[in-house]
Amino acid sequence: MRGKIAERLIRACLFLVVIAFLGWAFATGAFQFMLDNLDDLLHLLQQHLKLVGLSSLLAVVAAVPIGILVTRPRFKKFDWLAVNAANIGQTVPSLAILALVMTYLGIGYVTAVFALWLYSLLPILRNTIAGIESINPSIIDAGQGMGMTPSQILWKLEIPNALFAILAGIRTSIVINVGTAALAFLIGGGGLGDLIFTGISLNDTGIMLSGALPVTLLAILLDVVLGKMEKWIIPKGLQRHLET
Amino acid sequence: MIRFQQVTKIYESANKTVKAVNNITFQVEEGQICVFLGPSGCGKTTLLRMVNRLIPITSGTIEVNGKEIHSLDPIALRRSIGYVIQQTGLFPNMTIEENICVVPNLLGWDRVKMKKRYNELMEMMGLNPDEYRKRYPWELSGGQQQRIGVARALAADPPVMLMDEPFGALDPIIRERIQNEFLRIQKDVKKTILFVSHDLDEAIKLGDTIALFRSGELMQHGTPDEILSQPKNEFVAEFVGSERALKRLSLFTMRDLVSRLNPADRKSAGKRDLRHTVHMDTNLRTALSVLLSSPTGEAAVVDDNGQISGVVSIADFERLTGIHPSERTSAVQ
Repeated sequence: MRGKIAERLIRACLFLVVIAFLGWAFATGAFQFMLDNLDDLLHLLQQHLKLVGLSSLLAVVAAVPIGILVTRPRFKKFDWLAVNAANIGQTVPSLAILALVMTYLGIGYVTAVFALWLYSLLPILRNTIAGIESINPSIIDAGQGMGMTPSQILWKLEIPNALFAILAGIRTSIVINVGTAALAFLIGGGGLGDLIFTGISLNDTGIMLSGALPVTLLAILLDVVLGKMEKWIIPKGLQRHLET
Repeated sequence: MIRFQQVTKIYESANKTVKAVNNITFQVEEGQICVFLGPSGCGKTTLLRMVNRLIPITSGTIEVNGKEIHSLDPIALRRSIGYVIQQTGLFPNMTIEENICVVPNLLGWDRVKMKKRYNELMEMMGLNPDEYRKRYPWELSGGQQQRIGVARALAADPPVMLMDEPFGALDPIIRERIQNEFLRIQKDVKKTILFVSHDLDEAIKLGDTIALFRSGELMQHGTPDEILSQPKNEFVAEFVGSERALKRLSLFTMRDLVSRLNPADRKSAGKRDLRHTVHMDTNLRTALSVLLSSPTGEAAVVDDNGQISGVVSIADFERLTGIHPSERTSAVQ
């Protein structure tokens, strides 16, 4: 009960912060700027979505299978390697990753997608491995003992029961990616970072906020949408964790 | 029938070899429950898990219903053997119906047949099929989960079942109830069952035979009565403990004792104090406890109709000396 109240309070506070942010943006004339440059804004938003969408999609496609692979008995010995790589990778600042990748690949859209992809891999990989390894071993034992093949155990037991963790990793990764993608402008990748950094160099809060505001709203929106999707995808028998 | 012949399991690590199961030979007859008993680490679970090849055998052979298990495909073998474990191992992502129908599903049964089997099994377990069909394991109590675990193992009607301490995690009252239900079901289905337990009372209650292990070796295999009355060696005697005479009494019912009394010796009810009564089907361990709490050391025996058919006293128990359950006259079982 107390937890519920605290949760509501925090939510209300966050909501107020967002409202205040909007008010601030209005006061500095960010809305006016956005309306005046609607075409530019939509173009940059589209670029931003493409950066996030492509890099996140590629990250899911790569990280989930790698996570599954290193939890197979045959590749178990590479488990530590993947987990450590993921942990170390996560501690490197996102800006540093962009810089590092730029050194080798030059500037441009491809470089930006590659860097974002690299940075998105890690939360997904880590959650996939943790999700599969945290499954109660008695469930797997029962599956084996009843004559399930290894692939049936993977598809019918391991993936459904680890789905909560895997999807949480994907959600975290995408939300972080929306923010990180704003840095893509620095290496010629485009996106809403264009407005933010232009605003900063011109010392014009209005222009800066006309980039920052859409990025913030996009991150919040994606978080909510992905949260709803989790409820929809995760098997009902495991959802008691979500309801509370 | 399950036949173990010189079954050995050796674990080798860098600097030592451990014989988890050492040269075990015995057999379990069809339709019987054999309880694997022993302290933890005695190899009982290892031996059990070798039967469905979850653990590979080092040497020796295991035959299940005449077929050497290594001549069979391990997946097909496991599907033909029921498997129940302590933490139930129910799949949290599946409904109760899906859980019970796992093996039928793997075997490719059609929907109608699976649904029918589910209803059948739930009724056998004393649970309402429709009430639980769409529910999930976490919504059930421990006892209900364990019933579903047993039902799931019975689903494809396998002739053989392996049960690894299935009732170990339940509280004593629920455990006793489930044990009774399990015996009632076994009377109908007559499976050949290997049942791992570390609880002597459970072994005496459920086992047609008990196999007692210590550090990978079979100490004794025999009926509960044999284990209790003729322990083969010191370990067995110590394991069954100084209470063995008392535990043995739970193998008999009042009916066995009454039928042993000479008609001449039978005391009539007369004008005795008969506040203490025992039913004909009460086991003698419980009956003794009633007698001990009776101030006169006597209790009236009551039959199914509630009629008093005689009076017993503690002294009558000596009639049982040298008698084994196999020789008893009444066939309550």
